[in-house]
Amino acid sequence: MISARGLRKSFGDFEAVRGIDVSVRPGVAFGFLGPNGAGKSSTMRMICCVSPPSGGELRVFGMDPAKDGPKIKARLGVCPQEDTLDVELNVYDNLFVYGRYFGLPRAEVKGRIEELLDFVQLTDKAKAKVDDLSGGMKRRLTIARSLINRPEILVLDEPTTGLDPQARHVIWDRLFRLKQAGVTLLLTTHYMDEAEQLCDELVVMDQGRIVAHGTPLGLIQQHSTREVAELRFGVGEHEALAAKVEDLAERVEVLPDRLLLYSDDGEAVIEAVHSRDLSPVATLVRRSSLEDVFLHLTGRTLVD
Amino acid sequence: MALFTAAVGATVARPLRGGAAARLLLWRNILVYRRAWLVFITGFLEPVFYLFSIGIGVGAMVVGFEYAGKPVDYREFVAPGMIAASAMNGSLLDATFNFFFKLKYNKLYDQMLATPLRTVDIAVGEILWNQLRSGIYVTAFLLIMVAMDLVHSWWALLVVPAALLIGSAFGAVGMALTTYMTSWQDFEKVTLAMMPMFLFSATFFPVTAYPEWLRWIVEVTPLYRGVVLCRELTLGVPSWGSLVSVVYLLAFGAIGLVVVRRRLDSLLLT
Repeated sequence: MISARGLRKSFGDFEAVRGIDVSVRPGVAFGFLGPNGAGKSSTMRMICCVSPPSGGELRVFGMDPAKDGPKIKARLGVCPQEDTLDVELNVYDNLFVYGRYFGLPRAEVKGRIEELLDFVQLTDKAKAKVDDLSGGMKRRLTIARSLINRPEILVLDEPTTGLDPQARHVIWDRLFRLKQAGVTLLLTTHYMDEAEQLCDELVVMDQGRIVAHGTPLGLIQQHSTREVAELRFGVGEHEALAAKVEDLAERVEVLPDRLLLYSDDGEAVIEAVHSRDLSPVATLVRRSSLEDVFLHLTGRTLVD
Repeated sequence: MALFTAAVGATVARPLRGGAAARLLLWRNILVYRRAWLVFITGFLEPVFYLFSIGIGVGAMVVGFEYAGKPVDYREFVAPGMIAASAMNGSLLDATFNFFFKLKYNKLYDQMLATPLRTVDIAVGEILWNQLRSGIYVTAFLLIMVAMDLVHSWWALLVVPAALLIGSAFGAVGMALTTYMTSWQDFEKVTLAMMPMFLFSATFFPVTAYPEWLRWIVEVTPLYRGVVLCRELTLGVPSWGSLVSVVYLLAFGAIGLVVVRRRLDSLLLT
């Protein structure tokens, strides 16, 4: 569906994407995980044919975005990072006008709007002004809008950034249904839980490069331990204390507010820490996540 | 569920042909103004009020007014000037303030570029809309003139196509300049350009009132070309000069269109 080889994007002297290879197969939920500025959005914009690549090769549905932009876009659904809803039109007209841009007949668009409003639970808001919708509703409307042309690939750039937890779960549920219905999903996120829940396959991006590629579980197994013991000490003590617990785990990461001890048995690590007369303010044992994978690969956290 | 199954036959999304795409933009703007008709009307009223105040009020004190060597009713002299001004208002208001809002705040064109629409469709569609608004203003204005018995020639009907020309010229150039603006403060420049053009483009007095050098400057402004074109038509005295105005306005519109499309490319397809 999508293939990129040595894909690059630069803005003046700044290289946003520094040669990435990606291949997305039909029906897969494919994620781009990385912090802000990793080059995720630049990559998405190139795939959506609104940003000419600076180098390398890119094919979407086997076509070249530089030549066949409109043809590719007819088969793509785009849910941009910022809602680009038309604030001068109401909810219904937003969908109607957008559907018509795809060259669909009026009757067909009307039928689809009914289905889509129902799908994103906005049927009773059809006549509402866009500005009167909550953040979560706007995002759901944007998703409904991106589905009006029955896209073969749905591109979602940070679909739940800025939403409250409840609204995020509603979005995830809808995306999950789309995935089950066989729509290829391409999404960027800097939330590891989102990537773990939704993605079959993902790449971790950092500073314009792909630093890892695999399934969420595979990446965790490959780059982290089964469990993590988190230790919280007084402010400023973490750096100094790291040396005293180093030998208790396979690996130790020092964060400004806590120590992370990577081990397959977290409880045992905590016990050992206490037996050394160290008394952390708080402790926590949890399973390794993609956050840990990212931390291990780049030495930095995802959300600053 | 039908929602997710791939579309077939006539229901497959596809790129629109140029004309159809531009018409959709036009239709989107009509949808918006259907709910904002008051804004639509206020842009029209300004030149009408000027016709009443200067044309009729001040005109009552003007005696023995001559234009092109013939005695002319002063009201009939001012009215076509106001026609051209309303055509300018009709297009320029949308091409500057509204275009800026759509471009920077509503992100309307980013939205459109996620669909098969192209930047050229956007530029053409918006200019068509500018023309339509100018055409509606001028048609209404012509009806007011007929009601006031200020029209005595069939040539006057041609001010409607003339308005479309004026609309495309001001619309295209207005949009082209707006793409270079960064904040609302920049629009003071628009007001600063519109006011003197409106007052001094032979709208209220003949261009012969100026010294030679100043006259040349006035004669190359687009509003002046629009004013004399409309005046020659409503007074029923078209000339070769009218054709010069037509070509001038066409060129203005065409150059503006090219610039707008290129600017949209460099602003939105980064």
